[in-house]
Amino acid sequence: MAEPTQKHTRRTPIIGMEVHVELKTASKMFCGCANDPFHAPAPNTYTCPVCLGMPGGLPVANKKAVEWTIKLGLALGCKVALFSKFDRKHYFYPDLAKGYQISQYDQPLCENGVVHTELGDVRIHRVHLEEDTGKLQHTTIDGKRVSLIDFNRSGVPLVEIVTEPDIHSAEHAKAYAKQIHEIVRTLEISDADMEKGSMRLEANISLADDPNVLPNYKVEVKNINSFRFLEHAITFEIARQDALLNDKKIPAQETRGWNEEKRTTIVQRSKENAEDYRYFPDPDLPPMTFDAKYVEKLRAELPMLPEEKIKKLEDLGIKPEFAQLLSSSEFPLSTLETLFTAAKGKGFEPNQVASVIINRKLDIRQVKTEHVLEILANTYTKDEVDPKELESAVSAVLEEQPKAVADYKAGKTQVIGFLIGMVSKKLGKKVSPKLLSSILVRMFSSKY
Amino acid sequence: MGTLNTLTLTDAIRKLHNNEITLDALYADVNSAVSSKNSALNIYLAQDKYAEKSAEKGTLSLLRGVPIAVKDNFLTVGLPTTASSKVLDGFMPPYESTVTSKLKKAGGVIFGKTNMDAWAHGSSTETSDYGPTKNPRNPEHLPGGSSGGSAAAVAADMCIAAIGSETAGSIRQPSAWCGVVGLKPTYGRVSRAGVVAMGSSLDCPGPITKTVEDAAILLNVIAGQDKYDATTSPVQVPDFTKMLKTGVKGVRVGIAYIDHEKLVGTPAAKAVEQAAEVLQSLGAIVDRVPLSQTLKDNTILTPDYAIGVYTVVQRGEVSSNLARYDGIRYGHDRTHFGDEAKRRIMLGTFTLSKGYADKYYVKAQQVRSLYIQNFRQLFSRYDVLISPTSPGYALKLGASKDNPMFGELEDMLEEPSSITGLPGINVPCGHDKKTNLYLGLNIVSAQWNEGLVLRAGYAFEQNTYWNSWLKKDK
Amino acid sequence: MSTAVVQHIAKLANIPITSAEEKKLADGFTTTLGVVDQLKKLDTSTVEPTHQVTGLQNVLRDDGIDRDRMFTQEQALANALHTHNGYIVVEQILDQE
Repeated sequence: MAEPTQKHTRRTPIIGMEVHVELKTASKMFCGCANDPFHAPAPNTYTCPVCLGMPGGLPVANKKAVEWTIKLGLALGCKVALFSKFDRKHYFYPDLAKGYQISQYDQPLCENGVVHTELGDVRIHRVHLEEDTGKLQHTTIDGKRVSLIDFNRSGVPLVEIVTEPDIHSAEHAKAYAKQIHEIVRTLEISDADMEKGSMRLEANISLADDPNVLPNYKVEVKNINSFRFLEHAITFEIARQDALLNDKKIPAQETRGWNEEKRTTIVQRSKENAEDYRYFPDPDLPPMTFDAKYVEKLRAELPMLPEEKIKKLEDLGIKPEFAQLLSSSEFPLSTLETLFTAAKGKGFEPNQVASVIINRKLDIRQVKTEHVLEILANTYTKDEVDPKELESAVSAVLEEQPKAVADYKAGKTQVIGFLIGMVSKKLGKKVSPKLLSSILVRMFSSKY
Repeated sequence: MGTLNTLTLTDAIRKLHNNEITLDALYADVNSAVSSKNSALNIYLAQDKYAEKSAEKGTLSLLRGVPIAVKDNFLTVGLPTTASSKVLDGFMPPYESTVTSKLKKAGGVIFGKTNMDAWAHGSSTETSDYGPTKNPRNPEHLPGGSSGGSAAAVAADMCIAAIGSETAGSIRQPSAWCGVVGLKPTYGRVSRAGVVAMGSSLDCPGPITKTVEDAAILLNVIAGQDKYDATTSPVQVPDFTKMLKTGVKGVRVGIAYIDHEKLVGTPAAKAVEQAAEVLQSLGAIVDRVPLSQTLKDNTILTPDYAIGVYTVVQRGEVSSNLARYDGIRYGHDRTHFGDEAKRRIMLGTFTLSKGYADKYYVKAQQVRSLYIQNFRQLFSRYDVLISPTSPGYALKLGASKDNPMFGELEDMLEEPSSITGLPGINVPCGHDKKTNLYLGLNIVSAQWNEGLVLRAGYAFEQNTYWNSWLKKDK
Repeated sequence: MSTAVVQHIAKLANIPITSAEEKKLADGFTTTLGVVDQLKKLDTSTVEPTHQVTGLQNVLRDDGIDRDRMFTQEQALANALHTHNGYIVVEQILDQE
C-alpha cells in the first residue's frame, strides 16, 4: 500500500490541535449515572433525568472530574484559574439531549501551558471540562433512513485540550498527540483509547506564505482515530491546500472528515459563518473558586510525568532515544532502577539493559529480574575468542555464504545478523555481536 | 353539601389528628366541590383517582392525608405533567419532583394538577393550551398567573392547600387576585429538581394557602437543601410555624412603590396605606420609602427597570431551558408550542445572540446587581418592605390577549424581589363587595427571612378581616 | 425589528414559524425591546453582572453511582414516540458523516 508522500511545500503549515479525552470517573459529569458507555449492557440503560434531558433535570458537577482536569492542566504546565464556571453552549442536534451542552466558555479551568516534544514545543491555549453527547448511528428501517440514538454516553465527562497553532508538520502533530496520550495515561484519568473513542483528535490546518502571518482561513479535520491516520490526514491536507493556493484559490473554511479507505479528507460541514452558540453562564451550577493551597495540594499528588522520567533516565546514563521509548508508564521507573542495579552487578551497562528491553519488547512489570539478566548474558557474552581465530572464522563463513554476501552488497544490511549467527555456530562460542558486526563490515568494505 | 373542604390546612390537620373528622368525609366534600365547579372554572387538568387510598397511608404523618393541589409544572409519577402545553400532552413523568416527594413523605396527597399559563409564561393563566381558568371569586375575571389554577383551587375550596411556583409574581399575583395567601420563598430555599424549568435563576416553588399559618406548615415540609439541585442552600431550615406569633412590635416597616405614577391614588395604594396603619397600631415602626429613578440610599429604585431586567433574563433562560423539547425523547415536536412560548423563546434567543448579548443580557444582569445593592442598603434600615402586590383588582377574561408585555407589567411590583431572590408573601388586604374581588398586600424581606415575612403577614391577617376563612364578617 | 432578523432568530431557536407570523412577531419584539431599552438610562459602568443570587460556590458531588436515580431502559424510552431495539429513533439528518 503506497504511503501518501508529503509533497514538498514552500509554505509553512500552521496546525493547531484539539484533543478530547473522556475521563474514567465512576459516574458521569453532572449526574450519578454509571460512566461506562462502552460496556453498557444495552442502549439507553445508563440514563437519568439529567443526562436524558428530561423536564426538571438539574446538573450537579462531579468533584473528581474537576480535580482530574486541574491535574491534567498542571501536568501540561498550565496556570489554574482561581475562579471558573460552566457555561451553556447551544445548538440543536438529536444526540444533544438538552439542546445545549454544558461546557466552559471564557473562564476555563486551565490556561497557558506547554508540552515539549522531540520535534519542538507546543503551547497549550486552554484545558476545559464539558460533557459528552449521546451517540448517533445511521441505518435504514423499513426502507426509511433513520438515526438511532443511544444516550449512555450523554453526560460523560470530557476534557478538551486546545493548542496554539504551533505545530508545523504531520510528524510534529503525531509527536504531540502521543505525548498527550502518554501524560493522560500516566495520570490514570482516562484509558485514552482512540478505537473506543475515549480519546479523539482534531486538527485545524492551514498554510501560510509568511510564517509570521496567520492565514485568513483554516480547515478543521475530524474523525481521526489513530496516530497514523493523523499523519496521513495532515499530509493529505497540506498537499490539497497547497495545490489550491498554487491555483490562486483560498481553501474553503470548512469541517472535513478523514476517510482512511479513500485516503482523503471529505467535506462534512461548511463553516463560513461560525455558529452562534449563545454562551451564557449556566444558572444551575454555582461557580468554582480555588485557592493556591488547594492547587498545590493537587500538584503534589501528581505522579512522575514522562518529561521528568526522561530526565531521570538520562541522568542514569540512558541514551535520549532509549529514554524517550522507556518514558511510557509500562516501564515503571522503580522497576527499571532495580534492573539497572542488578545488571551492573553482573557487569552490564544500563543502556544494554534498555536495549534488551526495547528490542525484545519485554513487559518488565511481569518479567523476573533473573530472566532479564539471562537475556543480557546471552546477548552480551564475555567469551574470550582469539582475534585470529575470529578473523578466519568470519572469512570462512563469507566464502560459504555467497548469497548472503550478495544480499548485503545489494543493500540488505540486515543479513549481518544471520552471518553473525553462522560465525558463532562455527566457533561454537557466543561472540559479542557488536564485535563481529564491526569485523564483518570491515571485511565487506575491504574485500568486496 | 358538606363544608369540610372549606377547612384550612391547620384546622384539617388538627381535626383529623383528633378524629373530629374522617378522611372519607373530607374527601367527599372536596370531591363534591370539584365535580360541581371544575368544568366551569377549569382548575384541574388531571386528578388522582386513587387519592383517598394514598390519603390513608398519610394519616400518621404531619399532613394527615389532606388533598393538596399541585401546579402542573411539578413532575408527579402516576399523573400526567404538561406545564399546560400541548408539547407535553400525555407526558407521564418517570420520576418525581423533590417538592412533591417531600409532600408525600409528610403524608400529603397530590390530589390533582392545576392549570397554569403554558410553561409559566404569563400572569393570567390565559396562555394555557387547555383554556383559561376562571377566578372563583368572580368567574368573569382572571385568576392571575402563572399559578392561577393553584390559587383558584384554594379560593374555591377545591383542595385544602396548594403548591405553585414563582419566577416573578407567579405565586403572589394570582394569590392577590384570588384573595388567598401565597408565599414566594427565598431563591435557593426550595428545590427546583423535577420542576419544569422556566427561569433557572429565578424559579421558586412555594405554598399557596388559605392562611399564613398554613403556608408556614407547608414551607416547613418543602424547604431544605437538595442533592439534586446545586442551587439550594445549606442554610438551616427553622420551624417556620414557631416564628409566626410573636407580633410586629418594633419591626421596622417601609412602605414602597405607592408613589409610583401607576399607583398614586389607586385603591391598591390606599389599601396598603391602611395596612401600614394596622401594622403601626400593632407596634411596628412605619416609614415611607420614596421611589427613585436612580440608585440612591434610603430610596427604593423604581420597579420600571426591573421589568427590563426580568424580561431579558427570564426570556434568555427560558429560550435555553425549552431547547430540550424537540419531541425526540418525549413529548411532541416544536410546532406544538403556543404563541406566547414561541415569542418568549425567540426573544430570549435574540437577546443572547452574537452581537446582542452584551447589549441586552449582560446589561440586564448588571442592572440586577443594582437592585441587589438597593435592597441590601434598605434592609439595613428596614426589616420588611410592604407594597401592593398588584396594581389593581383581577382583570377581566381576555385582558392579556395580544399584549406581549402583559405579564411583565402586571408583575412589576414583584419583579424587584424576584430578580434579587428575596422572600415575599401576599396576604389579602382589600375587598370589593360589588365584584367580590380582592386586593393583596406584598410583604418582602431580606434573603432567608421567610420567618419575618410570615410573622408580619400573620399579625396583619389575624388583626384584620380580609381573610375569608378566618372571619366571616366580610 | 425586521422580518429578516425574525427569520434568522426562528432558525437559531429552532422554532417553526409561518410567513404570516413573521410580521406579528417582529412587531411584538419591537414593543418588548422598547421596554428593555429603558435599561440604558442606568449607569452600570462599574457594576459586575449577577448571574446567581445565592452566593453559593463549589457545590460539587462526590463521584459515586446513584442507582436510585438511574432509569431502566423501559423508563428511559417510555415517553419516546419512536424506538427500535432499545434505541430512540429520529429521521436521519443528512449533513453529517
